[in-house]
Amino acid sequence: MRHIISILLENEPGALSRVVGLFSQRNFNIETLNVAPTEDPSLSRLTVTTVGDDRVIEQITKHLNKLIDVVKLVDLTEGNHIERELMLVKVKALGAARDEVKRTVDIFRAQIVDVTPSLYTVQITGDAGKLDAFLQAMAPVGILEVARTGVSGIARGDKVLSL
Amino acid sequence: MELLSGADMIARFLQDEGIEYIYGYPGGAALHIYDALFRQDKVKHILVRHEQAATHAADGYARASGKPGCVLVTSGPGATNAVTGIATAYMDSIPMVVLCGQVASHLIGEDAFQETDIVGVTRPIVKHSFSIRHPSEIPEVLKKAFYLAATGRPGPVVVDIPKDMTAPTERYEYIYPKKVKMRSYNPVTRGHTGQIKKAVEMILKAKRPVFYTGGGVVTGKASEGLTDLVKQLGYPITTTLMGIGSYPQSDRQCLGWLGMHGSYESNMAMHHADLIIAIGARFDDRVTNSTSKFCPTAKIIHVDVDPSSISKTVRADVPIVGPASSVINEMISLVQGHEIAHPEALTEWWEKIDGWRADREGKLYEPSKPGEVLKPQEVVEAVCRVTRGEAYVTTDVGQHQMFAAQYYKFDKPNRLITSGGLGTMGFGFPAAMGIKQNFPDDDVVCITGEGSFQMMMQELSTCKQYGVGVKIVNLNNASLGMVRQWQDLNYKSRHAHSYMESLPDFHMLIEAYGFTAITVNTLDELEPALERAFANKHELVFLDVKVDPHEHVYPMQVPLGAMRDMLLSKTERT
Ligand SMILES: Cc1ncc(C[n+]2csc(CCOP(=O)(O)OP(=O)(O)O)c2C)c(N)n1
Ligand SMILES: [Mg+2]
Repeated sequence: MRHIISILLENEPGALSRVVGLFSQRNFNIETLNVAPTEDPSLSRLTVTTVGDDRVIEQITKHLNKLIDVVKLVDLTEGNHIERELMLVKVKALGAARDEVKRTVDIFRAQIVDVTPSLYTVQITGDAGKLDAFLQAMAPVGILEVARTGVSGIARGDKVLSL
Repeated sequence: MELLSGADMIARFLQDEGIEYIYGYPGGAALHIYDALFRQDKVKHILVRHEQAATHAADGYARASGKPGCVLVTSGPGATNAVTGIATAYMDSIPMVVLCGQVASHLIGEDAFQETDIVGVTRPIVKHSFSIRHPSEIPEVLKKAFYLAATGRPGPVVVDIPKDMTAPTERYEYIYPKKVKMRSYNPVTRGHTGQIKKAVEMILKAKRPVFYTGGGVVTGKASEGLTDLVKQLGYPITTTLMGIGSYPQSDRQCLGWLGMHGSYESNMAMHHADLIIAIGARFDDRVTNSTSKFCPTAKIIHVDVDPSSISKTVRADVPIVGPASSVINEMISLVQGHEIAHPEALTEWWEKIDGWRADREGKLYEPSKPGEVLKPQEVVEAVCRVTRGEAYVTTDVGQHQMFAAQYYKFDKPNRLITSGGLGTMGFGFPAAMGIKQNFPDDDVVCITGEGSFQMMMQELSTCKQYGVGVKIVNLNNASLGMVRQWQDLNYKSRHAHSYMESLPDFHMLIEAYGFTAITVNTLDELEPALERAFANKHELVFLDVKVDPHEHVYPMQVPLGAMRDMLLSKTERT
């Protein structure tokens, strides 16, 4: 099963490489990785999505917790949560396709953020499934470039991941 | 207020931390630190002849004393030479702090002379690592390094020190930090009481229980408690290779050690058990054989200070995260005043175990006949007799290591010092050196093979410099015996590069360093040679014992089988 693990990490040089290194060293897989500082400059928040059975996920969280630079973590998929990813896509927009792209962008509640005579740059947010669906819809028109941030997430309700 | 340079802070910190010996080798990036060590005399620096030996010596010291070992190397090749020793300590959870010189900060990343990203290189084989970014952080970083190395599940910590951090001209306030706190590191101090109660209930109700205990009991200093608990219950116990001595092997309840080359009765008992009480052991592949066939009828209680060791390879029914010592003590107090539920089942269980014991009695190996080449097993038995089973025994890796573990009987923890996890040839001799310097009045013997010894024999020079009186018993089978054994079993005896065509004359080699060497060819020469070797505690003596190159280590678990599937000799299997 796919899991979203969010980690509060010491904002120290090399801390990120310990997390990433752990995944390759122990043969765990990383599907997406997203990292940025939090409101507390001494902490980064890192979100990984990974796939594995319960045994593997248990090992992943235990080994992550063992890293000295990992302060706290949560497996968001264990509860209700919000999952978002941002994507920027350049798609061909020529002739009749130009209107077609615009309509699809509206259907997906995406935005066109840059325009040239031959292409649109589209910004879209949502869970990974929505982004995938948008790419599928755009494929016939011609996708020129894709930039995805990787998944970020947060628990629903009162639960917070903080110190 | 005291102002010190970074280098002087390091020297002062080591004094204040109570470090007696530091093992190392100098070089450009470490020279400020060497100068600071030179100007004091509390911390003794031992100059090895190869940085790998520094790490093994510090490791040996740490294993024998239970205190962290300390190493100092220079940048680049000095640090990379230490890598094998760091990995060795990591695999066996040994506390060690390795101080590495580094090129000056402004040169980092420029492929400067002798620059290696040692933090990067060692990342997967350390508990943690630090890079010093300002001289003023040195006392706190070093305190954290020692704290991390020695607490929780111990392990090696690397501290990378750019040369400008130790410059004599830059001085900062030095205060020895008595304590450190790290918000992201809080090792557990006790197990979950509910889980421990549940475990004890299962323990009291078991019909065919076995304790299976490992290095965690030794590093966790829990041997005494374990011995009490096991004696109170009257249950059988087997240990891992790393756990040898955590329960006295001469006691009837001890079945020896288990796994690939473990005792027949240990592996049989594990396979047939209905309850396995694992403490400070990690169910590694050299113990379990095929995990899918592992102990089919047993429930498993697993106590470990490291949660990631629990249910890693074999699912635990009752996991308990906590240090061995406190969990065992809680178990003892819960067991007290309670009777076991099925004493008759236990009696039956012991009958079965004693039957397995009797099956193999006198059949473990065939001793040499008068005048014939010696068997390695009988040499180890003789070493055990002559040292009354009280020596610190280090080993290298190979057949001799297994024979040492099988035929020397250990009644105390921290006495068999061996590289179990990484299996590092070259470990034994420098480890013995580190132990002997710290326990000068004890017998320290390195049981080695001619292959392994040649990987670190340059340390004879260090022993000469510091007058280190270790004994070296070279079980010389003129071959990489363990490799040869596998080739006999799996490659139709095609001995690809497993024999040594050009062995040195060890006798002359040892004498070149001014030490005594004795060559032993037959049984009647053996005991007198050993008596002679151990007569003077402070003299290094090397015994070159010619042993049968055709001998195999048995029992040997059959690959992909269950615990009970073993080869028992060249012709018998279970
Ligand atoms: C550094 C290192 N290289 C290779 C090996 C693989 N290996 C395991 S045992 C062994 C043979 C050891 O020979 P020797 O020291 O003579 O011991 P023996 O088995 O003959 O008793 C080898 C090569 C190892 N364990 N460590
Ligand atoms: Mg050999």
